[in-house]
Amino acid sequence: MDINVTVNSKPTSADVEPRRLLVHWLRDDLRLTATHVGCDTTSCGACTVLVDGTPIKSCTLLAVQANGREVTTVEGLATNGQLHPIQAAFKEEHGLQCGFCTPGMMMVTAALLEKNEDPSEEDIRWAISGNICRCTGYQNIVKSVELAAGQIKAERADATTA
Amino acid sequence: MSTTESHVHGIGQSIKRKEDDRFIRGKGTYVDDISLPGMLHMAILRSPLAHAKLVSIDTTAAAALDGVVAVITGADLAAHNLAWMPTLSGDTQAVFVTDKVRFQGQEVAAVVAESAYVAYDALDLIEVEYDPLDVIVDPRKALEAGAPLIRDEKEDQTDNRCYHWESGDKGATDAAFAKAAVVVSLDTHYPRCHPAPLETCGIVADVNPATGKATLHLTSQAPHAHRTLFAIVAGLPEQNIQIKTPDIGGGFGNKVPIYPGYVAATAASLLIGRPVKWIESRSENLISTGFARDFHMSGDLALDNDGKMLALRVKLVSDNGAFFADAQPTKFRAGLFHIVTGSYDMPVAHIEADGAYTNKAPGGVAYRCSFRVTEASYLIERLVQNAAYELGTDPAALRFKNFIKPEQFPYKSATGFEYDSGDYPRALELALEQLGYNQLRQEQKKLREEGKLLGIGIASFTEVVGAGKSKEYDIAGLKMFDSAELRVHPTGKAILKIGVQTQGQGHETTFAQIVASELGIPSEDVVVQYGDTDNVPYGLGTYASRSTPVAGAATAVIARKLREKGRTLAAHLLEVSEEDLEWETDHFSVKGAPDKKVSIQDVAFAAYTNMPDGMEPGLEGVHYYDPPNMTYPFGSYLVAVEVDEGTGEWKVRRMVAVDDCGVRINPMIVEGQIHGGLTEGYAIAAMQLIDFDEEGNCIGGNFTDYLIPTAWETPHFETHETVTPSPHHPIGAKGVGESATVGSPAAYVNAVVDAVRHLGVTNIDMPVTSAKVWQAIQDAKT
Ligand code: FES
Ligand code: FES
Repeated sequence: MDINVTVNSKPTSADVEPRRLLVHWLRDDLRLTATHVGCDTTSCGACTVLVDGTPIKSCTLLAVQANGREVTTVEGLATNGQLHPIQAAFKEEHGLQCGFCTPGMMMVTAALLEKNEDPSEEDIRWAISGNICRCTGYQNIVKSVELAAGQIKAERADATTA
Repeated sequence: MSTTESHVHGIGQSIKRKEDDRFIRGKGTYVDDISLPGMLHMAILRSPLAHAKLVSIDTTAAAALDGVVAVITGADLAAHNLAWMPTLSGDTQAVFVTDKVRFQGQEVAAVVAESAYVAYDALDLIEVEYDPLDVIVDPRKALEAGAPLIRDEKEDQTDNRCYHWESGDKGATDAAFAKAAVVVSLDTHYPRCHPAPLETCGIVADVNPATGKATLHLTSQAPHAHRTLFAIVAGLPEQNIQIKTPDIGGGFGNKVPIYPGYVAATAASLLIGRPVKWIESRSENLISTGFARDFHMSGDLALDNDGKMLALRVKLVSDNGAFFADAQPTKFRAGLFHIVTGSYDMPVAHIEADGAYTNKAPGGVAYRCSFRVTEASYLIERLVQNAAYELGTDPAALRFKNFIKPEQFPYKSATGFEYDSGDYPRALELALEQLGYNQLRQEQKKLREEGKLLGIGIASFTEVVGAGKSKEYDIAGLKMFDSAELRVHPTGKAILKIGVQTQGQGHETTFAQIVASELGIPSEDVVVQYGDTDNVPYGLGTYASRSTPVAGAATAVIARKLREKGRTLAAHLLEVSEEDLEWETDHFSVKGAPDKKVSIQDVAFAAYTNMPDGMEPGLEGVHYYDPPNMTYPFGSYLVAVEVDEGTGEWKVRRMVAVDDCGVRINPMIVEGQIHGGLTEGYAIAAMQLIDFDEEGNCIGGNFTDYLIPTAWETPHFETHETVTPSPHHPIGAKGVGESATVGSPAAYVNAVVDAVRHLGVTNIDMPVTSAKVWQAIQDAKT
């Protein structure tokens, strides 16, 4: 089946098998390997990407279902080589260890901060509760999200006053 | 200038991690990210039954499917003498079934195909006929006379016993018990759980048909040990095997053993002449690879009337599954369980352990634990809590009374360990103070009167980590030392190559910090390499918290050796004698004339451009470190929980952790390790369970059944520290990756039991689910 998907702002066309999962299309065909696979029951969130801005577990969506939509992966977070504030915050607050859950965590964070620029700890813990991390115990991930939120808010404030 | 403030960013500084730059950009390279030209994909067919004779396999239809390159069965492997492989505990394990299936999920056949989708399609076309046999899932029943024999292929194996092991002094222990005023007992099962790193296991096997070189990209916590074992199993010349371990998505012990899939993919690549990738699914990971724990323990603690501990006796039965594949030192059949006397001055102890084969997956890995230390720590900390109830004393007071005192170190334990250092009272005092223990006890009393349940649990654990020394400790015959090779380049930048393997612990950062402190080269100028057996010196790998204690020590020692060579070079450059020089942070200067100095960078340049006559050029070296002893991290964890009597639900109100892991190289990373460990401790206490029904069906074979805490359930942790350096470690560090998983489960369970004990509850086995708490309350009422 032919599909047209905007992947990280780039129009991308492909002929895919109807049963091919979005995550396999991204990882194996487009070689965008930041998005990971950690389970087979839609439980872990390592595969989370944004589809039209909504965090979606790409292991549970067919590539053909992304037709006509916009998909963003971690490879699309940084702009012009400049780290996204979420990326910088995860490093700053030691929000990652093995790094396997990190892309998924950063994508749900991006979606959360898009909707809620000042999330409470409870908001954050709820927002990332579809994503499993086996290394960090989440506490520093929460701190990373808080830092990123503050940063983004400050940037927005700067932009409006400027 | 103190090291902590130093511009070289050495030991004691919370510098940000170097490895993060690639991970936050999604540019890590995990095994599944590797794609090689011409690469094929392998999928494994697994047995649905737990115990069954293999009658026949028909692979015709699978082999005929478009895109299938090969179908491999046990018979095919047997033809190449690869149907069985040695385990890390000196047993053998079937790679693929040839005679009978011994656990559900066991490897029966594999398909190698042009794509993973086709490989999985073809699995459905393989027809297997099984003849079911009686199944044994309870190790105590497995040891009874007349139980169906699981390992019938083993000569001389007439029952399901896989080992018997004792430690301590039975006579003296029995005598102490005979005189004891108080004996407290606890029967408990430390249930089977699974490390479940977020990345499953996998391999890309690339055997070059022209050169015979086998490059194996492997999820391995121990690349060198794996290379040696591969050489032995597959009969490949060791110099032609290169194990490359790229980024690892968590290990926690799960990536220590060698799995059948690795062997099969390597054999397939060898026979087909193309690279073969095999990546386990999550359910394959949970049902077939290295599980943890599964110890049935009976502990008796003898005390006098004053609450002084007199003796400890433990009998345990371990469930080792169908093959004895525990990853642990050869001499110690139940791992280092004999650390079970814990933090207490226990005059005598005796441990008797029996291992049983059952129709369950093999593995017995040290899940974020130094070889069964977790089970031991859990048992003693639960017993101590119960002893306090029995004696009517406060559980903290009973601990203070029995702690090994700071002045007793080095302390020889009743089971033969030599504890290096510790200050147990200080750690517990700090934890009590931080929690506000006394006030909380009062609140507990008050709430009880109102019919509300609050519980406080304590665990004052002592771990033993950092194996060897090599005289006593080996894995599959390989002595447990470790290594570091340091190459300082002419411009004063360096590469450090280590034999241990990071899986998220941050070695690229912390090991560079050790070099920075010892040799004065800023840690940002030190690149740390690991995970490539062609490139780094031999080492035993990362598990049992041994990276810092062993390879960290090797790093410090080699850096010091190079610094001593640097002293000779500096003397040459400054035209003084070596004795006239002193070392400060990153330079040598002349005593009494601090302006006459040369930096380590100058020294490095001279090592290649201007060395004194007769000196061997260069500034490079390698050191293999054989530790004189293990290290003994410790700490005290306090948990306060609220329990709902009507539903059995429990919630952590506070979790205070005091850890003493000796000198902290990077406090930020240490704290992260503790958070992770406390979470896994909570997970084990509260929910993680690999269970089996009577027919041997694994319950817990995916993430909807095997429950893992998310950010929502996971408590908030309050972490604190004391620092008691290890006296025998070059930088005084002890290792920390596992302390919290070892120590914390008992604290959580003690807290829940503490909340309901006045209702008559004395024990609730893990995982402590609300249903179990509720049931325990009902049982106690009737
Ligand atoms: S891989 Fe998609 S949720 Fe786990
Ligand atoms: S950092 Fe390893 S799973 Fe989250």
